[in-house]
Amino acid sequence: MADSMAQAAPQDGETRRDFLNLVTASFAAVGVGALAWPFISSMNPARDVLALASTEIDLKPIATGSAVTVMWRGKPVFVRNRTAQEIQAARQAPMSELKDPQADQARVKKDNWLVLVGVCTHLGCVPLGQKPTDPRGDYGGWFCPCHGSHYDTSGRIRKGPAPANLAVPDYTFTSDTQIRVG
Amino acid sequence: MASGLHKSEVQNPVLRWIDARLPVVTMMQKEYGTFPTPRNFNYFWNFGALAMVNLLIMIATGIFLSMHYTAHVNYAFDSVERIMRDVNYGWLLRYVHANGASMFFIVVYIHIWRGLYYGSYKAPRELLWMLGVVIFLLMMATAFMGYVLPWGQMSFWGATVITNLFSALPLIGPDIVVWLWGGFSVDNPTLNRFFSLHYLLPFVIFGVVFLHVAALHITGSNNPLGIDPKGPQDTLPFHPYYTAKDSVGLVAYFAFFAILVFFFPNMLGHPDNYIPANPLVTPPHIVPEWYFLPFYAILRAVPDKLGGVVLMFASIAILFVLPWLDTSPVRSMRFRPLARPFLFTWLVAFFVLLYCGGKPAEEPYVTVSRVATAYYFLYFLVILPLLGRLERPLPLPESIAKPVLRGGGPLPAGAMAKPMEKA
Repeated sequence: MADSMAQAAPQDGETRRDFLNLVTASFAAVGVGALAWPFISSMNPARDVLALASTEIDLKPIATGSAVTVMWRGKPVFVRNRTAQEIQAARQAPMSELKDPQADQARVKKDNWLVLVGVCTHLGCVPLGQKPTDPRGDYGGWFCPCHGSHYDTSGRIRKGPAPANLAVPDYTFTSDTQIRVG
Repeated sequence: MASGLHKSEVQNPVLRWIDARLPVVTMMQKEYGTFPTPRNFNYFWNFGALAMVNLLIMIATGIFLSMHYTAHVNYAFDSVERIMRDVNYGWLLRYVHANGASMFFIVVYIHIWRGLYYGSYKAPRELLWMLGVVIFLLMMATAFMGYVLPWGQMSFWGATVITNLFSALPLIGPDIVVWLWGGFSVDNPTLNRFFSLHYLLPFVIFGVVFLHVAALHITGSNNPLGIDPKGPQDTLPFHPYYTAKDSVGLVAYFAFFAILVFFFPNMLGHPDNYIPANPLVTPPHIVPEWYFLPFYAILRAVPDKLGGVVLMFASIAILFVLPWLDTSPVRSMRFRPLARPFLFTWLVAFFVLLYCGGKPAEEPYVTVSRVATAYYFLYFLVILPLLGRLERPLPLPESIAKPVLRGGGPLPAGAMAKPMEKA
């Protein structure tokens, strides 16, 4: 290319052909980028997947002290109807003891209803503690059997390798006894 | 430089380090940079590059479509509809892929026509041509199996009819068909293996294309005059002259492709393929995709089951021996006053077959198909071999440069380095 361009090159080094090459290459780069986008976008969640992205949960059958697990976006969501002692335990924990300090009030919308994404923040296992017979760890919340993370009654990490509290998903109370997650 | 390393002339130190160990930069520069290419190409010579681009488009869209496709008789049709309605840009990927198949055949048919008209199949390019015929056969198999995947009515009945072709084989025919199906009719095992092979074959095509291009770079390209370049005054470096010319063709190709995809996406498809496959009801009029119609017409032109199948396969197999059927030493039809009208008549026969293949198997289409089929074979088996002896070709130009540069100009000192072959 350099040889053929040399024929047309004037003295100052920058030629009409340099300009044309640059414009052509830019045009091709923009075109390839524009073509690449639909391909990349096609791998994002499709519309039928997004349509299933929120889940309604009926709270009526959940008695005080018990919990249910609901599937939301392919992941378990823990809904626990906490007892007065559990709420008290969560609120009395000193902030200085928490690895990921967060007040219990900031993690719930109604005091007794705790809604969490049931995925351990360490490496993605599902912690135990939903059934009455499950081990609930040293703080009465959840215990992850994979690498031994202990969560308290607010779903906050208290002991073990997990770096953060169990996540609280976006949810709203659509009535006194129903929530919509997502 | 240490022994065993390639003596690279690349300036950039990183590229130079790589090039010394794996001379890809040198190779690209030799094969696509300075590669001496006849200076008199017309736009017919764009179609090899266009076919390459088309293959890459088909592989790219196909890989992304397969991420959303389900190869199961109960889900295949719905998964394709989901691609059309729910997947982001799924409609675009599918329409580009479906119309890309048509574009691929348009491009390849023009590419083959270029070879027929300018005698690109003749010595020394016989093997190059035969590899091209292999690519064409692989394309047909791939396109056929791809058309089955959406599992509509045309998919199902097309698959049934085409696989049943093999039942015409004596003795082993019925067993072969059961083997192809993996059952006693076109069903889930058939769909699964077609999906597997439809994904595999494009990569096989890519491999044969590599050989096709490698063989091309040994013999060099043919050109509209059909005479060999006699020296540097007859050639141009591939870059920037033919990269630029190919780019012009590419822009026109993309424009045509875009019009098809965005304005007439279903024009070349059959509406019955939007009806889910039903093994109990055959559509009243089943036709293959347009690019198979000439061969379908040949199949139906013969009133004998085995004879029709044999003739249909022979119509493509005959291309393998074309370099030896055409006995004339002159490549380009520009200098063959007798062969030229016969070749154009052959082109008419091809289009007549394409037209008749899409019509019902009744008169007058059957008789017309028979005449066209007869001429199709007559051209290859009788006319071309005879013309090589009977025809008196027009005088060939002395060199490529002479008609282009009007007088040619004096031969440079190095111009005779390449041995003169035939005039």
